[in-house]
Amino acid sequence: MRAKTERTAVWKIALFGVLAWVGGLMMPQPAQAEYADVVINNYADAAGMRPVVFPHWYHRIRFRCKVCHADLGFKFKAGGNKITMAKIIDGKFCGACHNGEISWSVENCGMCHSGIPGTPTHISGSTVQRLVAPAYKALDKNKQVQ
Amino acid sequence: MRDTIKGFAIAVSLSVMSTAAFAEGGVPLVAAASKPVTSAEITGSVPEKLNISKANVFNRLLKKIKDPNAPPPEDGIHDTANEATFALQPPKVAYEGWPRTEYGNHVDWVKALNDGLINPRYDRVDPEVEPFVMDLDIVRPVKASVPDVVFPHKPHTQWLHCSNCHPRIFVPQRGANQINMSAIILGEKCGVCHGKVSFPITTKSCKKCHSKPKPADWTPPLSEASVKNPWR
Ligand code: HEC
Ligand code: HEC
Ligand code: HEC
Ligand code: HEC
Ligand code: HEC
Ligand code: HEC
Repeated sequence: MRAKTERTAVWKIALFGVLAWVGGLMMPQPAQAEYADVVINNYADAAGMRPVVFPHWYHRIRFRCKVCHADLGFKFKAGGNKITMAKIIDGKFCGACHNGEISWSVENCGMCHSGIPGTPTHISGSTVQRLVAPAYKALDKNKQVQ
Repeated sequence: MRDTIKGFAIAVSLSVMSTAAFAEGGVPLVAAASKPVTSAEITGSVPEKLNISKANVFNRLLKKIKDPNAPPPEDGIHDTANEATFALQPPKVAYEGWPRTEYGNHVDWVKALNDGLINPRYDRVDPEVEPFVMDLDIVRPVKASVPDVVFPHKPHTQWLHCSNCHPRIFVPQRGANQINMSAIILGEKCGVCHGKVSFPITTKSCKKCHSKPKPADWTPPLSEASVKNPWR
């Protein structure tokens, strides 16, 4: 009889173990967006729209960097282009393609404005952002011990 | 029979502990529930109470990437309350069958392009325009013991225009630019792109740039402080 209760106890432990293990798998994991996804949020939050998420990986399958960064004049700086909807509907920046001809048109607000509200402008997975401490700065040549 | 069950229970409890250790914040799941029996208590082989402080978790600073190509709804920057988030393409679907790497997008863009797996446009509207590719390697000797740097124009001009680099980032003249690793990591020089969009700087990628081995008789120069050291 005693042996039986003990066995149930062991089973309970085993069951708990399985449940906790499954639970552990379902726990939210550290966020990891695709490398080079750009969140653009200079104005969106303030205007009550979700921030914009621009996926580099998706666009570079279709276009070389040259198209956007030389021809269309996107500067190499997240948030550095001061993009607004007025410029987009005038055919600048995203609007050079998201015009219903090269790609779907601007009425698909949610496709671009898909970020979590409050996310600051940044480029995800960048080396600087992943450093565990501020980056090492080179010695100033003048201040080096002679 | 009982031994098998016990063994199973221990194994499961151990797996619970390891899962808990991986979870963010390192809060052990076992302690969270109404104090169940631990494997230590079952076997009696380990001190009754392991009182390891949270300050001494194994990885205090290392953050491991769970899924480098997570689908948009699970990647932590896309809002799941937005229906269109679910219409976006998961990267893994696009990368199917591509050469993989261990950093960045975890795919080898140079190889994918050269193998003809992708053919991105060089012109916004005309898919026929061919890129102006220049095959010129620039070797940059490095003072440190790491292999010398070879800058290949070919993979760059396949993607970029000369004006993306010249003259704002680099003066187009061999050796005319001061480049060092700290600047690159901080996002200047090569780091304008590498570490943002093109492959990043990690231990696994050093040799992509540092690709020319040093001569066999090369030894690192001794620092002044060591040469002049009076206690030597
Ligand atoms: C092709 C992508 C794209 C689409 C589609 C799009 N937007 Fe935008 N939108 C942007 C970008 C990029 C910004 C700049 C974000 C920032 O800096 O905060 C922006 C900014 C905004 C802003 C704040 C700046 C401003 O111009 O006032 C509002 C409001 C806005 N969008 C509304 C909309 C609405 C409404 C729609 C749908 C009709 C829409 N957007 C569709 C890309 C897009
Ligand atoms: C479809 C257009 C498009 C293509 C193609 C494209 N980019 Fe971008 N890139 C952008 C946009 C949009 C931004 C964000 C600009 C902003 O926020 O104002 C950006 C930002 C950047 C940044 C700045 C990141 C930072 O904050 O420092 C870098 C570097 C960059 N891109 C490199 C590249 C490289 C390299 C390629 C080719 C492999 C490429 N881009 C292809 C549109 C593009
Ligand atoms: C050089 C042209 C070009 C520019 C500039 C451009 N896009 Fe796109 N974009 C495209 C094309 C082409 C597609 C694919 C459309 C399709 O599937 O029909 C696309 C698709 C997308 C998608 C959907 C990705 C998916 O998973 O389906 C998003 C989001 C997007 N673009 C956002 C932006 C934003 C934000 C900007 C401006 C910052 C921008 N794009 C600028 C050409 C461009
Ligand atoms: C990704 C950035 C990048 C691009 C794009 C690029 N270059 Fe360069 N280029 C460099 C670097 C880096 C050097 C080496 C500078 C140094 O050694 O200080 C260089 C050097 C040169 C030199 C000097 C060579 C010598 O022997 O002195 C010339 C000429 C040149 N580039 C022309 C071009 C032309 C033409 C294009 C377009 C087809 C181009 N570059 C595209 C980065 C680039
Ligand atoms: C303007 C952006 C830009 C700059 C600046 C830049 N690169 Fe690149 N580089 C790229 C892109 C885009 C690729 C294509 C592969 C990728 O995206 O990962 C590339 C690829 C490479 C490759 C080829 C890797 C392979 O798989 O064969 C090497 C090596 C490299 N870069 C070295 C350098 C060095 C060294 C510098 C600085 C002197 C530098 N790059 C500066 C954008 C840049
Ligand atoms: C994008 C290309 C690139 C990558 C990736 C890269 N390096 Fe460098 N590295 C350079 C260049 C360019 C220099 C400067 C060479 C010169 O003196 O002209 C350099 C210089 C160095 C130096 C000499 C000291 C200095 O700061 O000039 C060391 C050490 C070094 N790298 C180590 C590393 C290590 C370790 C990694 C991997 C984590 C790495 N590098 C990855 C391009 C790269």
